[in-house]
Amino acid sequence: MKPAPFKYVAVSSLEQSLALKAEYGDDARFLAGGQSLIPAMNFRLARPAVLIDINGLAELAGVDTSKAGEIRIGALTRYRALERDDAFLKACPLFADALPHIAHPQIRNRGTIGGNLSHADPASELPAVATAMGARMRIRSLQGEREVAAAEFFVGLLTTDIKPDEMLVEIALPAPKPRSGSAFMEVARRRGDFALAGVAATVTLDDGGRCTDLRLALCGVGETPVDATAAAVPLIGQACTDDAIDAIAAKVQQTIDPSGNVHASPDYQRHIAGVLTRRAIKAAYRRIADAA
Amino acid sequence: MTTRFFGAPVKRNEDRKLLTGQALFIDDVELPGMLHAAFLRSQVAHARIKRIDVSRARAVAGVVAVYTADDFGAYWHPGPLLVMPPPIAGIVFNARTQVPLARDKVRHVGEPLAIVIAESRYIAEDALDDILVDLEELPAAVDLEAALQEDAATVHDDLGSNVASHVRQTKGGDYRGAAARAALVLKRRFRYEHGISSPIETRGVVAQWNARGGQMTIWDTTQAPVFIRNGLAAMLGLGERQVRVIAPFVGGGFGPKIMMFYPEEVTLPWISMRLNRPIKWIEDRLEHFFATTHERGQIHDAEIALDGNGRILGIKDVFLHDTGAYNPYGLTVPINSQCTLLGPYVVPAYDSTFTSVFTNLPIVTPYRGAGRQHGVFVIERLLDLAARELKIDPAEIRRRNLIPPDAFPYEQEIIYQDFHPLSYDSGNYEPVLDKALAAIGYKEFLAHEQPKLRAEGRCVGIGMACYVEGTGIGPYEGAKVQVQANGKVSVVTGIGTQGQGHFTSFAQIVADQLGVDVTDVDIVTGDTDQFYWGAGTFASRGAVVAGNAISAAAQAVRQKALKLAADSFECAEEDLVVADGKVSITGIPEKFIRLGELAQRANPMRGAVKPGTEPGLESTQYFGPPSSSTANGVHAAIVEVDPETFDLKILKYVVVHDCGTVINPMILEGQIHGGVAQGIGNAFYEKLAFDDQGQLLNASLADYLLPTALEVPRMVLDHTVTPSPLNPLGIKGAGEAGAIPVGPVIAQAIENSLELNGKTIELLEIPLSPSRLFELTRDGGA
Amino acid sequence: MQPEQHEIELIVNGTSYRRAVEGRLLLSDFLRHDLLLAGTHVGCEHGVCGACTVLLDGAPVRSCLMLAVQANGHELATVEGLAANDELHPIQKAMHQHHGLQCGYCTPGILMTMTAFLGENPEPSEDGVREALSGNLCRCTGYQNIVDAMLDAAKAMKTAAP
Repeated sequence: MKPAPFKYVAVSSLEQSLALKAEYGDDARFLAGGQSLIPAMNFRLARPAVLIDINGLAELAGVDTSKAGEIRIGALTRYRALERDDAFLKACPLFADALPHIAHPQIRNRGTIGGNLSHADPASELPAVATAMGARMRIRSLQGEREVAAAEFFVGLLTTDIKPDEMLVEIALPAPKPRSGSAFMEVARRRGDFALAGVAATVTLDDGGRCTDLRLALCGVGETPVDATAAAVPLIGQACTDDAIDAIAAKVQQTIDPSGNVHASPDYQRHIAGVLTRRAIKAAYRRIADAA
Repeated sequence: MTTRFFGAPVKRNEDRKLLTGQALFIDDVELPGMLHAAFLRSQVAHARIKRIDVSRARAVAGVVAVYTADDFGAYWHPGPLLVMPPPIAGIVFNARTQVPLARDKVRHVGEPLAIVIAESRYIAEDALDDILVDLEELPAAVDLEAALQEDAATVHDDLGSNVASHVRQTKGGDYRGAAARAALVLKRRFRYEHGISSPIETRGVVAQWNARGGQMTIWDTTQAPVFIRNGLAAMLGLGERQVRVIAPFVGGGFGPKIMMFYPEEVTLPWISMRLNRPIKWIEDRLEHFFATTHERGQIHDAEIALDGNGRILGIKDVFLHDTGAYNPYGLTVPINSQCTLLGPYVVPAYDSTFTSVFTNLPIVTPYRGAGRQHGVFVIERLLDLAARELKIDPAEIRRRNLIPPDAFPYEQEIIYQDFHPLSYDSGNYEPVLDKALAAIGYKEFLAHEQPKLRAEGRCVGIGMACYVEGTGIGPYEGAKVQVQANGKVSVVTGIGTQGQGHFTSFAQIVADQLGVDVTDVDIVTGDTDQFYWGAGTFASRGAVVAGNAISAAAQAVRQKALKLAADSFECAEEDLVVADGKVSITGIPEKFIRLGELAQRANPMRGAVKPGTEPGLESTQYFGPPSSSTANGVHAAIVEVDPETFDLKILKYVVVHDCGTVINPMILEGQIHGGVAQGIGNAFYEKLAFDDQGQLLNASLADYLLPTALEVPRMVLDHTVTPSPLNPLGIKGAGEAGAIPVGPVIAQAIENSLELNGKTIELLEIPLSPSRLFELTRDGGA
Repeated sequence: MQPEQHEIELIVNGTSYRRAVEGRLLLSDFLRHDLLLAGTHVGCEHGVCGACTVLLDGAPVRSCLMLAVQANGHELATVEGLAANDELHPIQKAMHQHHGLQCGYCTPGILMTMTAFLGENPEPSEDGVREALSGNLCRCTGYQNIVDAMLDAAKAMKTAAP
């Protein structure tokens, strides 16, 4: 399974990479970690005419916490760097939960967050995490820059809002709010496999222990991450009860329309989406209690 | 003769090479001027070939040649039938074997249509895109029952149906009479699918024709180098001595690497002769899903009749077997299913019928277990169901039916894969069952642990299964043992090796016989220039058949050494001891001759020898067992199932096994571990997802799920020893044992953990999965 | 027309190499067929089986998911570099002692993965070892002996570490 021929360019500047992408458009692909792209090329499912290797663009990697209230991650930041960054994991517990589910260490040593989000695999964990966290994607082209909210970024199956001459350069995450807890959980056949369903839940409470915000996003059950926050609306302003959580889980099950795959029937996906919603919300609540 | 190595957990001779990355595997073969092959394979399961146009492909830079079926001329013909149908009365058998390249018709996805030969595999794959294929797609026969309907698409048009074979075997009394007398008759439909072998190393062939020397050398990841040599020599019009087949280190075989005359094995040597250059083909992982043989499914409609005490009065089974698009391997797999269903039990009346069905899917040939899994699943599940109905403990119902220890050899009468009536040579089944139950803590678990854990809301359950496995079948193997001038011993045998530790276990046999260190015994396997004769490594026969041949040859060499030394010392052979690489007089260690010295003396440069003397200290011996020897075992497991996600965790897994005399317990345990791991994969993770047009939807290791270190638990192993009377060493085979009964163990344990019996939900299929369990148990099992 | 060649310079097992390679040449093929370091094995070419695992600047990666050109300027370690002067590495010794290999095909990938893991985790639990191993498929051993070998190797490597 050898890749089809392509022109390979290792770029030394962001401008060079954007210029090449503008020139070749969809005939060119950025090579970052390559952990999704190269297997696709080995299967000859992907046949870019031009491969723009951006691994030399050190300025695109790293976690920036200098701006208050915000955590900015360079698109070229590898999972490996994130999972060894204790401060980052503490600030973004959904990442702490999700990262160990991404493939295996050998993949995480190369794969990048920008590559993952740009690839937008519906079963992938980070798009759901980004959606639950209300991430904003910073996208650049030779023309300039724009920011897109996660909700508008993931538009379809393996499709993002990135235009043919653009590159995702940075992901901005809001810093965690006080009195909030979050949890990500998934069901997969084996550790590291794509999720059959995954749920990211973030709960924020007020001083009286009532829920002021409950964000929910799922992976694996739609063509894009599914923002199920609307299902949690009944709990806003209320104290947490098992019944309330069960109701949210049931609503999530009604909302989603999973298509099934070789490993799971649509009904099974729907079923575990409910199970995971319940478990993730409860875990998020427990973490608030534990931190108190 | 003292045994120092035989029976000991000797560390492996072959490890160093493998650990340092120095062992030669097929893709490591690099030859000057070597070209690379890529095969164009059909993307559809069933079609008429209207046209294949390779002209554009031939023009690609770096492409040396492109071949289709027509280019082979008279060389193109269907492969030989490897295994004849067994001599069973009334048998229907329609032989249809695979072809080097498809011509006229394509019968499964992946069937090769053309071959590109290029300077690199990269270029060869590029050129595949330039081959234009015009196919008239036909409906595919995939579902077994549908394939037998009147209106089904026929895989082989000249046959008029998809019946590959029809076989009925009976033994003992009439089943109908048994059923009439029975206190309980249970009838169920079972579906058992085995999977693909998926070794970490795929297949490969390198063919090198040396025109000046008139020599063809073929490196091949085959488990049967001798037969490949014989067959290819005949096909190529060469003498057998002109062809050398080398099976290098092989990265896992498990059965499908013994399928012979694969298209790649047949075409590459011919091409090498035409182009006068070495040609290499390495199967990639995507190809492996189609180009290497599978084991797949059977549907059994089985019935068991028992008395009120749970004793089997009779079994009737009618099953369909998926043989794929061709059946070169005959009936080995379904015959194994038919025979292995009998298990370790007394079955007074047995009536088993199968229809082997052609489908538009890849060929089915033996894969570790070779059909035994299917039979064992049926009988073990029937006994579980009967136990529930009759309110007898599942272990107890088995105990009541075990063949007693004084009944051996126990004749099962029906014909086995070696064409002999199935006969259990020896066995003592009850102690194996007792050990397994003790090791798993059966009573304690049911009485205390399970209720306690259940009270905590955990779904834990226990399962067990028994099996008997025919092993060590003929025809024969041979070995040459030779003491060399430097005192080290060389052993050559015809079988190949795929990781079973032959370089060590065979050395152990010789080391004890000749009093040398096991590290001073050098084993050569899989090279037809080194040893001419042999059948191959398959069917759990290596240790039994080759092992005994090696033992016989070593003994013969020992006798020669003793005689020579006795002549030299002018004493009696009884007064000599062979140890530490020397022959010495008992009690007078300073009177010794080194074995190497004896070997030199046996090969003088000058002088006269007595008539009838053979030079050197060497001997070639053969061993062919009169029939198969039956190993047996019991597996038991405690599992936990998440009642919400239905995910499975195996908490404890026990195997108690009897394979007769054990050469190397460490190697044996490794074989069991590996077999169980494959069994776990088969039971809960591995499933070939074909759609109804024969397309494989999960042709990658991301979606065909092999178990990892997180899915395979730590296992507890024990064994008993009931030697085989059929060979001097008393050995029985062990290679497949771990893989055979895992399906019913897991099914029973899951049923028990989810208390499905109370909900009258039965698990009658393998593989299972969390999603499947959800579907089967929802709504109380509608 | 000849495909474009790219000059690369890299260090493998301490030895410096300079080669010209085609852009699409996979690192696994480069190591095996250009440098003739055939100890790194290829099992799937889609990053799942782990047989091709090598160390890139000390971290395990799938060499089938990298292009040779991407290794330019980097340091690689393969199985051939584990043993020093005929003396096996503790992890190799442990695998031998515990019968952690049968056909040996997956073994180099496992050795490279676990050398890195044990370097970072000198006192792993069995669960930790199994998790670390889960990205390497073995079809022969059922993993148990490999796990035992790794737990043993951890102790040996800790003792040997300065």
